[in-house]
Amino acid sequence: MLKFIVKRLFWMIPSLFAVSFLAFVLIQLPPGDFVTTYIATLASSNEVVDQNTAAQLRERFGLDQPMLVQYLKWVWGIVTHGDFGISFEWQQPVSGLIWERMALTLVLALASLIATWALALPIGVYSAVKKYSIGDYAFTAFTFFGLSIPSFLLALVLMYVAAVEFGQDVGGLFSSQYETAPWSIGKMYDLLTHLWLPVAILAVSSTASLIRVMRANMLDELPKPYVTTARAKGLSEFRLLVKYPLRIALNPFISTIAWLLPNLISGSVVVAIVLNLPTAAPLLLQSLMAQDMYLAGAFVLLICALTLIGSLISDILLALVDPRIRLE
Amino acid sequence: MVDVSIANLRPERAAVASQWQLIWWAFKRHRLAMAALFVTLALYIVALVPGFFAINDPTVQNARATFHPPQRIHLIDNSNGFEFGLHYFPLKLTRDPETLAAIYVEDTAKKIPIAFFGRGYTYSVLGLFQTDIHLIASTDKARPLFLFGADRLGRDVYSRVVQGAQVSLSIGLVGVFLSLALGIVLGGISGYYGGRIDFVMQRVIDFVLSLPTIPIWLALAAALPQGWPATLQYMMITIILSFTGWAQLARVVRGRFLSLRTEEFVAAARLDGVSEGRIIFRHMLPSFSSHIIASMTLAVPAMILAETSLSFLGLGLQPPTISWGVLLREAQNIRSIATAPWLFLPGLAVVIAVMALNLFGDGLRDAADPYNK
Repeated sequence: MLKFIVKRLFWMIPSLFAVSFLAFVLIQLPPGDFVTTYIATLASSNEVVDQNTAAQLRERFGLDQPMLVQYLKWVWGIVTHGDFGISFEWQQPVSGLIWERMALTLVLALASLIATWALALPIGVYSAVKKYSIGDYAFTAFTFFGLSIPSFLLALVLMYVAAVEFGQDVGGLFSSQYETAPWSIGKMYDLLTHLWLPVAILAVSSTASLIRVMRANMLDELPKPYVTTARAKGLSEFRLLVKYPLRIALNPFISTIAWLLPNLISGSVVVAIVLNLPTAAPLLLQSLMAQDMYLAGAFVLLICALTLIGSLISDILLALVDPRIRLE
Repeated sequence: MVDVSIANLRPERAAVASQWQLIWWAFKRHRLAMAALFVTLALYIVALVPGFFAINDPTVQNARATFHPPQRIHLIDNSNGFEFGLHYFPLKLTRDPETLAAIYVEDTAKKIPIAFFGRGYTYSVLGLFQTDIHLIASTDKARPLFLFGADRLGRDVYSRVVQGAQVSLSIGLVGVFLSLALGIVLGGISGYYGGRIDFVMQRVIDFVLSLPTIPIWLALAAALPQGWPATLQYMMITIILSFTGWAQLARVVRGRFLSLRTEEFVAAARLDGVSEGRIIFRHMLPSFSSHIIASMTLAVPAMILAETSLSFLGLGLQPPTISWGVLLREAQNIRSIATAPWLFLPGLAVVIAVMALNLFGDGLRDAADPYNK
């Protein structure tokens, strides 16, 4: 088991490097750089920047060096002392801007993950056990709907309903008095009262797909002879379900964390922008638009790293549950 | 649905039926999937000739129709005796005396009949020829029909949704074909040769699959210059979408190749001295093409959702290109949707299209393996 985990951890290193390189190339792709954008912004307010100032700016930000050098410097800074570079737009270190937002992104993703599991597991089992019942049809209809509606549309519709029917503004994660306040019990509680809406929106599509996975898995297991044997032994229907078929059906369920987490984080980007949440996404979008490359790069890198860690956890969990995998 | 094999139902016909015939029989019994097939076909027909189904020119602005609400179509007119036929009434703008909010009232004195195959604005059919015949057309040019209302600039939302179908639905197809090309080549190489190549390819596929797609797309899309022509933008967005989409298909293709590689008929072909290309394309590909088509069908709605999200965020297609995502940008702020909730209607089109494609793909996947029931 330990060997498996170590091997899996070892694989993380090249993946993380690949991700960091990808993130860097991605933010280098736009033609021009921050200075070009900066000059364009100044030009729109009738200020003219001469070539010398531009060159000086480039030199100060290290934008005049070849890309590979910039990349290595960037990675070196991150690995040695967690320095993600400087945000041009905000004129402060990137690491000061990202951590709280990344933490909130993680909270949002984890809360959605837990909500997804808590809903999809019982519903999936119910749908399989009571196959073709009214409840099963209702949940099947829900899954088709949940998979078809883009999350941002759901967010918009809920915002509309809240604003027009209840006269409430549902954007953000905090009430105005807590927005800039330091962390406290009151702020935590405030976060919880705001978190449910984005979580509900995010959980809809992932719950829909997980219900289908769970239902299909259970349907595969239920007609098997060992279920009949257990029933013949006189086990109560509930114990029987939990003890045998559920455990086997759970297996593919765990492996879904690997893709559920990227999906949730992906989905949270759009929802967060629509609902204006203080997570990574709105700032990522803004920094991409402004070509604030170190800030955008840090976000892309960290978001990708988050999903890589998710797939690592799912692999380890899977190995814990299923001995066949760790012996491979 | 029904757990009875088709071969048992019509043994004599099933014995000689081709694989595609068996798939079609299995698919036909899935009623929901059949319904979804018809909806999908209808949507793609609309996407092929959107001009024919549109009523007003989707690009024409109308200052007098800003946030014009949707109009009802009436069938029976009782005002002077009994008259039968599709018609509508123009809306008269009045203002609330206190709040000055716009109130639209039907002006029942001015009945405007609707003509089938009537004449409207001129559009081109697939760039081949020009015509001005529409499925339904208003007979009064001065008082146009706004079936889904009008937007901020007084443009007809219905005609824009119909026009947007062309871009939104085709981007899904084109993107999937691009992904498929990559997926078949890379997944095929991986599954056919196995060994070290397979190992490396597997790591790459795992890596791509573990990436969160939307931030990557955002970063890629942000690299596109704003001033590019619409067609170039369209091509780039499809390429961006398939950049991550190919891995899923590559995995399916690889799995199939791996399981088929050891089949007797492949070994027999190899012993006969058949070339590798011919083994792949003549012997192996036909036996799993149905699976690939099913996976493709299920990938199309994901692409459509992706394009919609990207364009909605302002990093995908840009106006004046009309796609469902671009249209939903109009519904972005709470103020405009509070005054004009019909701006959500492009979203309804997205939901219907994606749901139909999902159900169709599901049915196809279930039917894809007719021998294995």
